[in-house]
Amino acid sequence: MISLKNIHKSYAMGFNVLHVIKGIDLEIKEGELVSIMGSSGSGKSTLLNILGILDNYDKGEYRLDGRLMAGLTETKAALLRNDYIGFVFQSFNLISFKNAMENVALPLYYKRIGRKKRNRIAMEYLERVGLADWAEHMPNELSGGQKQRVAIARALIAKPKIILADEPTGALDSSTSLEVMKILKDINNEGITVIIVTHEADISIMTKRIIRLKDGIIEKDFKPEMQNELAEVSA
Amino acid sequence: MFDQDKWQEIFAALKNNKIRTFLTAFGVFWGIFMLIIMLGAGNGLSNAVFDGMKDFATNSVFMWTQPTSEPHAGFPRGRTFNFRNDDINALKNNIPEIEVIAPRLQARGGTSSTDNVVRGLKTGSFTINGDYPEWNLIDPVRINKGRFLNNFDIKQYRKVAVIGEMVYEILFEEDEDPLGEYIRINGVYFQVIGVFSPLNSNVNFGGDKAQSIYIPLTTLQRTYNYGDVIGWLAITAKDDIPASVVDQKAKDLLKRRHRVAPHDKQAISGVNLEDEFMKITGLFFGIDMLVWIVGIGTLLAGVIGISNIMLIVVKERTKEIGIQRALGATPLKIISQVLTESVFLTTIAGYFGLVLAVFLLELVNTALQANGGVNQGFLNPGVDFNVAVIALVILILAGALAGFMPAKRAVKIKPIDALRDE
Repeated sequence: MISLKNIHKSYAMGFNVLHVIKGIDLEIKEGELVSIMGSSGSGKSTLLNILGILDNYDKGEYRLDGRLMAGLTETKAALLRNDYIGFVFQSFNLISFKNAMENVALPLYYKRIGRKKRNRIAMEYLERVGLADWAEHMPNELSGGQKQRVAIARALIAKPKIILADEPTGALDSSTSLEVMKILKDINNEGITVIIVTHEADISIMTKRIIRLKDGIIEKDFKPEMQNELAEVSA
Repeated sequence: MFDQDKWQEIFAALKNNKIRTFLTAFGVFWGIFMLIIMLGAGNGLSNAVFDGMKDFATNSVFMWTQPTSEPHAGFPRGRTFNFRNDDINALKNNIPEIEVIAPRLQARGGTSSTDNVVRGLKTGSFTINGDYPEWNLIDPVRINKGRFLNNFDIKQYRKVAVIGEMVYEILFEEDEDPLGEYIRINGVYFQVIGVFSPLNSNVNFGGDKAQSIYIPLTTLQRTYNYGDVIGWLAITAKDDIPASVVDQKAKDLLKRRHRVAPHDKQAISGVNLEDEFMKITGLFFGIDMLVWIVGIGTLLAGVIGISNIMLIVVKERTKEIGIQRALGATPLKIISQVLTESVFLTTIAGYFGLVLAVFLLELVNTALQANGGVNQGFLNPGVDFNVAVIALVILILAGALAGFMPAKRAVKIKPIDALRDE
C-alpha cells in the first residue's frame, strides 16, 4: 500500500538548512495498524505530511497504491487525498459553523456529491461512531471525545484506503483515548490501513507495529509485546 | 446551481464579525453612494442649463455692426454703418453653407428697448421685434393660437403681430379671443394673428420672450422709419458644416459690401452660439469626469478596505482552509470561496449604496416637481439606467479584484499548517 524508498526532506530556516528526514525506507501493507513514534523533532510530523501528500519530499520515492507521488499539482494532490486518505487531527479540526453531520459530509462535498445524498451517508457514519443523536449539534456543543469521533467519521466517509491520525488522543483523557483507539481498531479490522502518529507509549502498544523515529531515521521497527492489552480493549 | 455549503461559509464568516463586516461594507456603500449622488447632481445642473437652451438652433451665429476701428477706402475710423435688406439676398446667394438666415430689427421706444403698446384702456411696455418667418427656425416658440409670421406678411408690409403669452395676459381679458383684434404699437394699429409661449428660458434678446411681440421686419422698418436698416443677423449653418465657417464667410462678405477693412475686428461683432454651446458642453463633460474620478477614487478606497479585510479573514481562517485542503478541497475551490465572499460583500454593499442614492435623487426630483417643475437651475437630477448598470459591473469587478490577492494568499496556505498544532 505504502512504499517509501530513501526519502529525504529538509527545510530552509533562514540561512540554515534543517535536514529533517534523512533517508527513510518503509513498507506498510494494506490492512496494517501502525504507530509512528518519536520525540518532538524526530521528524514524525514531517513524515506524516509526506505520507498524507500534504508536503513534497526532496529525494527518494514514495509510492501510494503503486502510484509514484511526485511532481503533483495542488489540484491533483487534493483529489488524491480525497480518494485515498482520511485525516484525523489532534485538535479535531472540525469546521465551527457546520454541525456534526455537515462536518462529516464535507469530503463528499469536495467529491461533488449532492447535499441530500451526502448528508444521508454522513448520518450512517455518525451512527457507526455512535453520535447519530448529535447530528444537528455544532462542534462547540460536543465533548472532546465526541468531536474526535465526528472527525473519525469525517475521515471515513470518502471510503479512504488509509487513515492518517496525528496524535488522535493527544487532547483526550485516558478513558476517551481508549474509546477512540477502539474505533480506530474497528476501522482497521474492516481492512483499512491505519497509521497513528503519537508520542504516547501506551497508545502505540495498542497497535500491531511500532515505528520509532529518531533524528530523521527509523531507529526501530518492531511488533509490540503487550498485544494482550489491546485484546482487553477490543474485548 | 446554488451551493448551500459555500454560502453557509460566507454567512458564517460575515456574521462572526458583524461590526467589522458592516464597517468594511460601509466603505463601498459610501463610495458608490457618493458617485451616484454626484453624477445625479451634475446631471441636474446640466439638465437645467440645456433645458434653458432647448430647441434653440445651437449651430447658429449672430452678428451686428459697430463703429469701424480702421480707416478703409477713404473712410475714417469710427464710422458707423448698418446692415441693409439687400445684404440678406447677397448672403443667401453667395454663401451656400448657410441654411437659414433670419434678420431682426428691434424697435426702440425712446431710450428704452421696449415700447408702449395700447389696446383700449389697457397698456403695457413690450419688446417689439421685427422678424422674418425664418426666425422661428432659430429660436422656435410654441404657437398657442393662430400662426407665426409668413412671407406674405413681409412682402406686403402687413400690419400683423404675434404676441407673447404675457402680452396676451396684460392686454386681453381672460378667455378673450385675441385673434383678429387690434393693438396699437407706436401709434399704428396691428392685427393680432397669433399667441406664443417661449420654449426655452435661458436665451433671450432684450427681455423676456413672453413679454415680446413679433411683427414683420419690413413693417417695423416703415413704422419706425428705419428705411432698409436691419438690426442684426442670425445665421445657421447647414448640417455637418461648422458654424464658424459660415461666421467667417458671412463677415468677410459683409465687410466687402460695407467697405470695412478686411482685418477690422471691431466693425462686425457677434456671437458664435456653437462655440458657446461647445464651451458649456465641455464644462459639463469636465464636471462629469471630475465626478467619475472622485467617485471611483472613493469607491477604490472602499474596495481596498474590502481587500484588506479579506486578507485578515483568510489569515483567520488559515486553519479552516488547511483542513478543507486536507479533506480534498482543490485550490480552485478555495479561490472561488474567497472571491465569492469578496464579490458578494462588495456587490451587496454597493447595491445598497446605489439604491439609496437613486432613492434620494428621486426624492429631490419629486420635491422639485412638487415645486411646480419650473427650471430653477436644477432639473431632473438622476442617473441613466446605463450608468447604474455600469456602476454595478464596476462593483462586481472591484469585488473580484479585492478578493484576488487574499485568494492567492489563501491558496498558498499549505494544508500542513492546519495539522501543526501551535
